[in-house]
Amino acid sequence: MSFLRDALLVAGKDLRIERRSRVALQQIVPFGAIVVMLFAFALDSDRVLLHQAAPGLFWAAVLLAVLLAVGRSFSIEEANRARDGLRLSGLDGGSIFLGKAAAVALELFLLELIVGAAVVVLYDVTVRGVVVLLCSAVAATIGLAATGTVYGVLAGGLRARETLVPLLVLPAVTPVMLGATRSFQAALAGTPGDAWPWVQLLAAFAVLAVTAGTVAFGPLLEEA
Amino acid sequence: MLGRFPALAGADLDVEAGEVLLLSGPNGAGKTTLLRLCAGLLPLRAGEAEVLGVDLTVEPRRVRRAVALVGHETFCYDDLTVAENVRFAARSTGHGVADADEALARVGLQRVANVAHGRLSQGQRRRLSLANALARKARLLLLDEPHAGLDEHGREVLEDIVRSAAADGCTVMLASHELDLARRLATREVRIVAGQVHAVPAPTRVAPEPEPELGAHA
Repeated sequence: MSFLRDALLVAGKDLRIERRSRVALQQIVPFGAIVVMLFAFALDSDRVLLHQAAPGLFWAAVLLAVLLAVGRSFSIEEANRARDGLRLSGLDGGSIFLGKAAAVALELFLLELIVGAAVVVLYDVTVRGVVVLLCSAVAATIGLAATGTVYGVLAGGLRARETLVPLLVLPAVTPVMLGATRSFQAALAGTPGDAWPWVQLLAAFAVLAVTAGTVAFGPLLEEA
Repeated sequence: MLGRFPALAGADLDVEAGEVLLLSGPNGAGKTTLLRLCAGLLPLRAGEAEVLGVDLTVEPRRVRRAVALVGHETFCYDDLTVAENVRFAARSTGHGVADADEALARVGLQRVANVAHGRLSQGQRRRLSLANALARKARLLLLDEPHAGLDEHGREVLEDIVRSAAADGCTVMLASHELDLARRLATREVRIVAGQVHAVPAPTRVAPEPEPELGAHA
């Protein structure tokens, strides 16, 4: 219970900071929407291609926004050496990981809702297979947030972290990009049965990322 | 070791419970390193260190929960208010909101309890660090240049906190260049030069009856 209570404490702290600073709402969400819009401009002459590529473009936009969200999650720990404050708290590394990853995941859900609405409008997409879409989005988001948080703390203490995080995170989340895109494609094509193997892949990735993060975050926080 | 450079090589220091130990010495001598080591923030590459009866290399988390470090940085979040920062410090070490509010009152920051940390003056930030330390109910108080940035009233508050902490059996280690002020508080002084600890005689000071509790040998 104390493990989960500590995780909630950290998540609450991060979300309160984001609510107060509005970086997620005023910078990260608009960034995702702008990326979707740029794809629309680039492929506007080929509406069929735009329609077909909508799932992949949606997740590419989310993936780019993940990098910003993770960077933000750890930049707040660098100011005033708050990271040392976290270490001094004696909180379990696993609970800090779960708290930070949960906060990033909630921000991503908000982003996906807004970017998803933009995709529906701009790419002329008809929403089908809502259950599959939701399951895919939940599993993919947890996997992205957990992976990003692990690599975020790994690069946190380095001067080159802004450039290092994308280099580490993007290859690691390739399975999420693939699985989420395929499951969305199947759901939107009206064949949700084809999506479930991909949803299972996403769920397995999420479980693996959360488990690895819970175990590894404490030592990484010490070493960074 | 600090990076590739040896720090505090050969240093040997025992501090008794309830002592207020002043660490003096020139810049770069190793005072801050010693305090951060005792807080469990720096790894011990060689030697041994026992803090509050706990081996630092075996149970660093247990040590961290029992110590408080007031350093050059506040370890606070700019976008959280003063009260939110202290409450987070208290709750993350298993204490309650009441402990946090009491600590705030003790350092005289209730008036700015709802002001964001990022908008505080240097002196207010230093008081906030003290409040964080109090809210954690630490048994070892590590103060790195605690007088810096404090006005006259702030220094009185600091002295009151250190004296009452020591009276309650809390051990205090403070590193300072403001020796006149620091010596008013200290029951013992050691001088650190190039990582070596040298005793400073203080014939007029009388230390309380302590029990051996904290030792660091590197």
